[in-house]
Amino acid sequence: MVPASYYLILSAILFTLGVVGVLIRRNALVIFMSVEMMLNAVNLTLITYSRFLGNIDGQIFVLLVMAVAAAEVAVGLAITVAFVRHKDTTDVDEMNSLKW
Amino acid sequence: MLNYVWLIPLFPLVGVLISAILGRWLNRRIIAVIASLAVAASFVTAVLVLFEMLGLPAETATGENGRQRIVPIFTWIVSGDFVVEVNILLDQLSILMTLIVTGVSALIHIYSAGYMHRDEYHNRYFTWLNLFVFMMLVLVLADGFVTMYIGWEGVGLCSYLLIGYWFEKKAAADAGKKAFIVNRVGDFGFALGILLIFATLGSVAYEDVFPAAGTILPGTATAIALLLFLGATGKSAQIPLYVWLPDAMEGPTPVSALIHAATMVTAGVYMVVRCHSIFEASGTALSWVAWIGAITAFFAASMALVQKDFKRILAYSTISQLGYMFAAVGVGAYAAGMFHLTTHAFYKSLLFLCAGNVMHALGGELDIFKMGGLRKKLPWTFATFLVGVLALSGVPPFAGFFSKDSVLYSDFEYGSPLLWLLGVVTAGLTAFYAFRLLFLAFYGKPRMDKKTEKQIHESPPVMVVPLVVLAVLATFGGFIGLPDVLGLGSAIVEFLQPVTADVHLVEPATGGAAQELGLMLVATLAAGIGILIAYWIYIRRWGLANRMTKSAQWLYDIVYNKYYVDEAYTEIVVKPLRMLGGILDETVERRGIDAAVDGLGWLVGQAGEGLRRLQTGLVRNYALALLVGVVAVVAYFVLRSVLGF
Amino acid sequence: MEMILFFILAIVAVAAGIGVIAQRSAVRSALFLLVNFCCLAGLYILLNAQFVAVVQVILYAGAIVVLFLFVVMLLGMERAEETPDLRRYQWIVGGLLGILLLVGLVWALLPVGAGAVEALTRTDNAREIGAAMLTRFVIPFEMVSVLLLVAIIGAVVLAKKRLEE
Repeated sequence: MVPASYYLILSAILFTLGVVGVLIRRNALVIFMSVEMMLNAVNLTLITYSRFLGNIDGQIFVLLVMAVAAAEVAVGLAITVAFVRHKDTTDVDEMNSLKW
Repeated sequence: MLNYVWLIPLFPLVGVLISAILGRWLNRRIIAVIASLAVAASFVTAVLVLFEMLGLPAETATGENGRQRIVPIFTWIVSGDFVVEVNILLDQLSILMTLIVTGVSALIHIYSAGYMHRDEYHNRYFTWLNLFVFMMLVLVLADGFVTMYIGWEGVGLCSYLLIGYWFEKKAAADAGKKAFIVNRVGDFGFALGILLIFATLGSVAYEDVFPAAGTILPGTATAIALLLFLGATGKSAQIPLYVWLPDAMEGPTPVSALIHAATMVTAGVYMVVRCHSIFEASGTALSWVAWIGAITAFFAASMALVQKDFKRILAYSTISQLGYMFAAVGVGAYAAGMFHLTTHAFYKSLLFLCAGNVMHALGGELDIFKMGGLRKKLPWTFATFLVGVLALSGVPPFAGFFSKDSVLYSDFEYGSPLLWLLGVVTAGLTAFYAFRLLFLAFYGKPRMDKKTEKQIHESPPVMVVPLVVLAVLATFGGFIGLPDVLGLGSAIVEFLQPVTADVHLVEPATGGAAQELGLMLVATLAAGIGILIAYWIYIRRWGLANRMTKSAQWLYDIVYNKYYVDEAYTEIVVKPLRMLGGILDETVERRGIDAAVDGLGWLVGQAGEGLRRLQTGLVRNYALALLVGVVAVVAYFVLRSVLGF
Repeated sequence: MEMILFFILAIVAVAAGIGVIAQRSAVRSALFLLVNFCCLAGLYILLNAQFVAVVQVILYAGAIVVLFLFVVMLLGMERAEETPDLRRYQWIVGGLLGILLLVGLVWALLPVGAGAVEALTRTDNAREIGAAMLTRFVIPFEMVSVLLLVAIIGAVVLAKKRLEE
């Protein structure tokens, strides 16, 4: 029997990896992928709790999260495409017009 | 009629409003007429009130002043325990002052119509002149200290405005400022005195304060009295606050006649008489008053001996005669002081108006050494001036004789012989400088330049008739205060007795008739000697004056330069204050307060400059900031369970 | 047995995660992401959530990663490479905070221990989900469909080329 904390710690690690990825990478698409990783980590947490509390609600939540993630990816990639077309690069540091 | 007393100050107030608001569109003549009518109406009302008062018994059945009325106007301040009601106090003292103020003012308003005839801003002049009369009436008719203070300040303000009337001339503007500032010092003392009265007795109304004056501790009473007297020295130009009065001669001559001879400067004397119970409650304050008065009288007379400016001689003479009034009041002879105040109002304003006529004739000349021989060319002016000078010198039977004699007699009887001696010597000096002025201006060969000499002319009737009226008063006005020796009783002393509790009637004189006659003789003799010396020097031996001056040039210089008092004040008071002002401006204002305020602004700006760099526009930086926040929250919870809070 | 599977899947997932963020080429990142998702699907099966695992593979691995790859290709291969980063502090501070975050989370999650329920009683995952979804969670379910519609419209509008007038 795998203890719950193992799953949860794994989830924490994946989440942290996603956070670091968002901060470190400059490519807009890779940042997006890191965000997806973060969402997945959270999904893992939810499934873990669903299993260990005997409640199906966690899994329902995960399904809904997945749907939302899908929608988000669609829109986000559309924005990225528009942005790349404008600036001609995927570097997010170029997105800096709202500065002082 | 008594209940319509409030009409008396109302008329001039209406005059002020009309002149101020409508003045621009009204003809000059009309403004002068309206202003004069306003004051004349006040005078007539005052006379009617007087007659009605005389019809009342002097003492009621319960021994109180039967001729006193308090007429309520309105309640002004109600603040906790501090209540100020504005009422009119009508009694013998206030009606006497009212009559003097309105009567002399009316004559001077009429005179001004002629004198200021060619002036451009007619309505300004008459507005302020009427305002002055109004304020003076407020002062005199007040029934409490706060109301009196309003009038006090008001006349000071009008004095400033009128002295500096021709404000384009720097000397006039400076003189106005000097008058106001020196007055302010006195007013400060006065205000402190009022505060002390309120702190001690809990009220500022006369009817509460004076009956309770006996309950004040002598130390406190002395403090109050001296503070009040400080105010009086400012207004009435005594030592140490007299320095503004000679400079005030820069104003128009009718102003000098009204304000600086007859009315405003007498406010100090009036105040001391009104507050006499407080002065009596203190053991020593009254003697201060008497001595300062006598010394000032002598001091000012000495300066008048060598002045060359017509009006300045009269100014120093005013200071000197005011000293006499205080010398009388300071020994408890309040009625004698008021008597001298009355006669002085008559002859001094007469003298000033004559000065106005002379200036009018000579095109503004004031140096008496450039005059001469005016006797024939200005007959009316000469005649009235002679009357004034005789009254000033105390020659019987003119008014000045009776009042001055009353003062000197009181000083001898109730003060000290030294006080009397000072007064007699001053009387001699007074006669000397008065006749010196007369002889130099009106006798001898004309010393002005030919062009001026040709156009000398007597003034128009509007400027001569008031002089004649004043001359008549100066001649016969003395008879209201006959000396005891004649056995007919002094009308003025008896009239004022219910108000003043005059020492004359409280402690009858001990010397007897012979002493009184003897003192009278000595005083008259002193005056006679003064006149003779003046005659000798300025008529008979013309060059004698110059030789005398040269032989004691150092003494002459000191006296001519007014003993350098003004210069001393500048060094001791004015310069340090200016320096203090400079320091405060530089250090406190600019470096301190401005720097703090500007610095605060600068600080905010710098903070903004710094903080705006957070807005890098980079998404990754914002994400970093988010993460910092998240970590902080997590850390908080971790620490919380670790440390157990 | 379960433990071995768990560790294999876990390690591969973590390795793939590191691969996602560390690769210079965006295509390779996408492929590592794919591996990550599949490992997670395995983990879901271990947790008795079979339906969710299948959906994970279909949706994430099958649709989302494919979409990512499409866009990467659309924008051109050369854009997948990156130029050197000028802001070093991002790395340092980001790394530091990441470590802190991890420490904090781990420290918080350790006491959970073994968890509550042991025995696996249910086997019909899909039926249970369906029952719950269409009764208690029917409103969110319908809302999601609206959301997806909005997302589609949004994506089309945002990505359209402007017509030169």
